[in-house]
Order: sequence, then C-alpha cells, then structure tokens
Amino acid sequence: MSDLMQATRRGVLDGMHGGSAVARLTPAAPASRISLRAPAASVEALSGALAVALPVKPKTSASANGRHALWIGPDEWLIIDESGADLVAEAGKSGALHSAADVSHRNTAVIVSGPKADVAINAGCPQDLSLAIFPVGACSRTLVGKAEVVLYRTAADTFRVEVWRSFAAYVFGLIAEGAEDAAL
Amino acid sequence: MLLIYCPYCEEERNELEFRNGGDAHIARPTNIADITDEEFEEYFFIRQNPKGLIYERWRHVHGCGKFFNAARDTVSDRFYLSYKAGEPKPDPATFLNNGNESALNKDKGASK
Repeated sequence: MSDLMQATRRGVLDGMHGGSAVARLTPAAPASRISLRAPAASVEALSGALAVALPVKPKTSASANGRHALWIGPDEWLIIDESGADLVAEAGKSGALHSAADVSHRNTAVIVSGPKADVAINAGCPQDLSLAIFPVGACSRTLVGKAEVVLYRTAADTFRVEVWRSFAAYVFGLIAEGAEDAAL
Repeated sequence: MLLIYCPYCEEERNELEFRNGGDAHIARPTNIADITDEEFEEYFFIRQNPKGLIYERWRHVHGCGKFFNAARDTVSDRFYLSYKAGEPKPDPATFLNNGNESALNKDKGASK
C-alpha cells in the first residue's frame, strides 16, 4: 500500500536568513492582509469596523493591537494583521462602500533590522530613508531593484518590506547583498 | 536621475516610480459616434510633439497609483510643475518666470 502523502504549506522565505552585522534580514511571520480601496466618505466607518484609524496623510500609517493600516494612495490602504484575523469580514461590517481584496498569500514580508537597515534597502531603492524624511511609522509603495514593494518603518532601525511572494527571493537576495555592502 | 513631484504623495520621487501617459488635456468628443473619420483621427492620433513646453499625463504607478498632469520641457527634461488630474491647465506665465526660458515662446508656436 502506498503511504499517505501530506502536503504542508511552506512560506516562500521559510528558513532564509541573511544580512550582516549592521543589517539583519529575517522573514516575517505569516499575517493576514487586505488591499483596501474606499472613497473618503467611507474612511470613518471603515476605521471603526477595523478598529484602526485609516491614515489620510501621505506616507503615514496607524497601528493598534498588532494591526497596521498603511496609506498607499489617496483611496488605497494596505491593512496587515499579525494575528491572522479575517479582515475582509471585519471591513464588511462597516456597511460603507469599499473594496477589500484578501492579499494575505500574495504578499510576504522581509524584516530588515540593524543600525544600517536603511543603507541596505537603499542598495536597491532610491527613496530617502533618513529618519527626518522617512520617520518611524512612515510607509510607502516603491521599488527595490525591479520589484515593487511596500516599505514600512516599524522602528528607527527596523523596516518591514512587504513584497509579492514571487519576488520575495529576489528582494531578499538584493537587500542581503546591500546589507553586506553596508558593513564594508 | 529625474525627481518628479507627485501631487498626491506631496513629495518628489524618483522617475523609476512613474510612467508617462501621453499628452494631457485631450478632451474626448461628446458626440464620438457622429464625428467623421478625419475628426476622429485628429482627436485620437494627432499630437503636437512640441519642442519645449508640453503638458503630459503621468502615473505614479509604483507609488500611490494615481494619474496626474505635469508641465515638462521636452528639451531640458525639466519638470516645471505637476498638478492633480482634473485641475485646469495652468497658465505658462505663472511658472515660466525666468527670462532665459525659451519654452514659453516655443509653446506659443505649437499650440492652437
């Protein structure tokens, strides 16, 4: 008799590590995420339903209880919930006009931390990541090399780099090389 | 490396984040089914391709995703200003205040 095969889900970055003494790269834990589109009139109701105030100022974010709302565009947000909550259902409870697409499995994230984390990311990203221009809590959709990412500064020396899973190995490798260069 | 001001993100970003969207302020005829082939060609295909000042649509595709308009010099690649989509075409005299700029005169020759 043939043995029963069991498929186990494996994250695209599981087990990967990299970086240097000044910028360390680690895969982020799985989280649920939605891409949220809504007009200005729905922001208040959605903020209440998601229990996090949707930011309306460019490049800003809001966090509450492990849930992060990142401003992407004037009518677009990326919501990340580290506990894996069903964000689509929660947004649906708002009763306000919106579109919420579950992108939990489309995205993965790399945590880049260390005193030169910004230098490591700047190896492939032209944005100014100095603390004055990109403070803690700032977020932005941008490019790292040829891949689109969402940068989110969670601490002065820590970035969360949200990236599509098919680009994850590329972005991880590019930032890891940047981290090695930053240590030179 | 060009820096382009995005009116939605309210800051200058690298050119890599943007895509050009062709000429701005091209009004689609309201009676599109009634116009002649020549009029449709004029609306759909014919562009001025000016040497100097041009008003273009740009999309911040790897940023906020929004389309906006910008006034640019096609010779120097200088961006004079950008403004949100739907806002009226700005008067060149308001941003071409430098007497050395030749774009203003070139634009007069090109625009109808």
